[in-house]
Amino acid sequence: MKKTLNLYLHAHQPYRVRNYSIFDVAVNHNYFDWPETEANGNQRVIDKVSAKSYIPTNKMLANLLNENPDFKLSLSITGTLITQLEKWSPEVLQSFVDLVATGKVEIVGETYHHSLAFFYSLEEFEIQVQMHKELIERVFHQTPKVFRNTELAYNNDLAKWADIKGYKGILAEGWDKILEWRNANHLYKPVKTENIKLLLKNYKLSDDLAFRFGDKNWNEYPLNTDKYIHWINETQDSEMINLFMDYETFGEHQWEDSGIFDFMETLIPKWLEDENHTFMTVSEAIDNYEAKGEIDMPETITWADTERDLSAWLGNAMQQEAIKSVYSLSGKILDTNDWALIEDWRKLQTSDHFYYMCTKYFNDGDIHAYFSPYKTPYEATINFMNAWQDLKYRLIEKGVEV
Amino acid sequence: MLGWELPPHNSGGLGVACYQLCKSLAKNDVDIDFILPYQAEHKSDFMKVHSTKPVTFDEFVKQLNVYDGSKYIGKHELTSEQLDYENFVVDKIINQKFDIIHAHDWLTFRAGLKAKQVSNLPLILHVHSIESDRAGGKPGHPMIRDIEAMSMQLADRIIAVSERTKNSIHQDYGIPLDKISVVHNSVDIDELEPLDDNNIYEYISTLKTKGYKVVTNVGRLTIQKNITGLLYAARDVIAKMPKTIFLIVGSGDQYYELIELSAQLGILGNVIFAGFQRGKAWRDAFDIADLFVMPSVSEPFGITPLEAINYGVPSLISYQSGVSEVFRNCLKVNFWDKNEMANQIVGFLMSEGLALTMKINAEEELRKMSWNDSAKKVLKEYENHTSGVKI
Repeated sequence: MKKTLNLYLHAHQPYRVRNYSIFDVAVNHNYFDWPETEANGNQRVIDKVSAKSYIPTNKMLANLLNENPDFKLSLSITGTLITQLEKWSPEVLQSFVDLVATGKVEIVGETYHHSLAFFYSLEEFEIQVQMHKELIERVFHQTPKVFRNTELAYNNDLAKWADIKGYKGILAEGWDKILEWRNANHLYKPVKTENIKLLLKNYKLSDDLAFRFGDKNWNEYPLNTDKYIHWINETQDSEMINLFMDYETFGEHQWEDSGIFDFMETLIPKWLEDENHTFMTVSEAIDNYEAKGEIDMPETITWADTERDLSAWLGNAMQQEAIKSVYSLSGKILDTNDWALIEDWRKLQTSDHFYYMCTKYFNDGDIHAYFSPYKTPYEATINFMNAWQDLKYRLIEKGVEV
Repeated sequence: MLGWELPPHNSGGLGVACYQLCKSLAKNDVDIDFILPYQAEHKSDFMKVHSTKPVTFDEFVKQLNVYDGSKYIGKHELTSEQLDYENFVVDKIINQKFDIIHAHDWLTFRAGLKAKQVSNLPLILHVHSIESDRAGGKPGHPMIRDIEAMSMQLADRIIAVSERTKNSIHQDYGIPLDKISVVHNSVDIDELEPLDDNNIYEYISTLKTKGYKVVTNVGRLTIQKNITGLLYAARDVIAKMPKTIFLIVGSGDQYYELIELSAQLGILGNVIFAGFQRGKAWRDAFDIADLFVMPSVSEPFGITPLEAINYGVPSLISYQSGVSEVFRNCLKVNFWDKNEMANQIVGFLMSEGLALTMKINAEEELRKMSWNDSAKKVLKEYENHTSGVKI
């Protein structure tokens, strides 16, 4: 069997809450409409990330797919990004559609709103997964067969859910503490499931590109494709290397002048030079390999930070209050059948809002590790909670007790 | 070291900053003679304190005050207190061996210059505020400006308590930026007096049991401190959250004006003016608060938010303060943005999670602060100006 690289890229943008004051509550309900002058406004971010990342990356991938018959990849794209692209950059969305139309790009399923609903409301989670599926079918004419949860947040219960729902595979972080003596470079099966398979991210090789590539203080800087392929070949006892990373790695997290695009353009054909090497989509990898063993993850593992847990989103009291506040309205909001209200509520479930409230990097003074449209986590919280207050107001207006 | 006040006899933050800085410098083996213009007892076995005049602090501040000197001095003349101080300093410098002269704020600058003149020792001016800060954004007293301008031009080095003050010095007096170092003030938590079990503000304590929230300001009631802006914000906060009390602690020339404004805004029932306080009543004003607010127009440093978190109370401060350059875990607004001030106060008071998270993180931040870091920077300046000879 050939050794395969499974490249999976995740594209997402949230609807960021504007500077939404307590004096807007009950007056304006446009939480996500930023003034044009604000560089952190949603439309301006879409324009910026499109120019720096989505457009050049899609162009690069289209060329690579065209020139290398064995090159394939998987992609997930959230509902909140798709709808923003539809509104402001339909040509960029079309470039994603064109990629998928090559037949060599598989779309991975997830929640429409990039939420952590699985941990708070299973009913809401299932609705968002269904909404995402329908959106993907409408835009890309594909039905997701493999699932990834927001932030790769994974545990045994999620695997069981996905198994019952008929997904053939699910993605998670290949975290050493879970793997013990094993490595991430095989297909696995989650415990207590029937059919579903588990693909684990090789975080070392993934993060070499996603986080370290352009870091001049990295002792491996500058990374070239020979060295990188050498590292891949060095991994003994491996059938597949799962390279999972954010789409925005290309051009946004690693800027063009880091050489990341040239690196990819060289890497793909060079990897394929060896006839024992190939690329697969996540479904193909599941179809072509046998599960090497069972993986047990009772605790939730994510792809974030050294802790690999949910603490970046739920680690402090204000994050917990904010997310509990949002889900406390679940039933009442859904009962209104007011789709504008429901959709605003869902946009507030996007995990990024809670990430902006994270204080663990803020305290170290490391502003660079901390990407946020707000000056402080506290401002993020105040804007968010004001929007939540307004959701409550809208319920009260409808005669609902809150 | 030339200073104008030391705690416990101080009318503002200058004395506290001098005292703590000297204490940390002394721990770094610096021998300090500190010259004060009045007579008092100090807990300062780490340095020698000299008094230039046998008057008490309370008598002395009636004659002259570093914070609003323009009220005490005439258009073109210095007070006799200043001249006496200068003569004492010159006498001292002639009769004793020193390595460096370190002077704090304008009232001591002329003495510093004279001492430099007769001794040829390096002169470091430590700027805690300049005249335009104290005048609430206006130019201030022309003679004080002249003293500041001339002294800063002739000094060997200037230490400013914030980047903000450094830039003001450059703007107001044309001093080159590379002649000015920034050494931020700090706090040592074990230096602050602890709270006791009962709070002196019994009425407010009772209101708190009825669900009231308390927002406190502690400071002089002058234009610089922007209590006017806070009261406008308070009106909007109270409209959203009627069970909010604003406790204003301090005295100053705006006292009556602020009471009148509260009445005009219809919030007199929610605003409590407690007057000037020190000791327990000062500490308890922090302790009773849910949120401390320092909305100053201009605050060269502004130590009170750090004192507030020491008593467990998070802060909202203006960006126009030096402390906002070093204190991260607090709310920050532009002093003129009354809407945003009200928004953040309401947001804070409504979210227990926000209040708790900010408190925990700010307390952690406070624990990492130390005057010793500031003293080390000052020491570096000393060494640069004494040909590297260790002091």
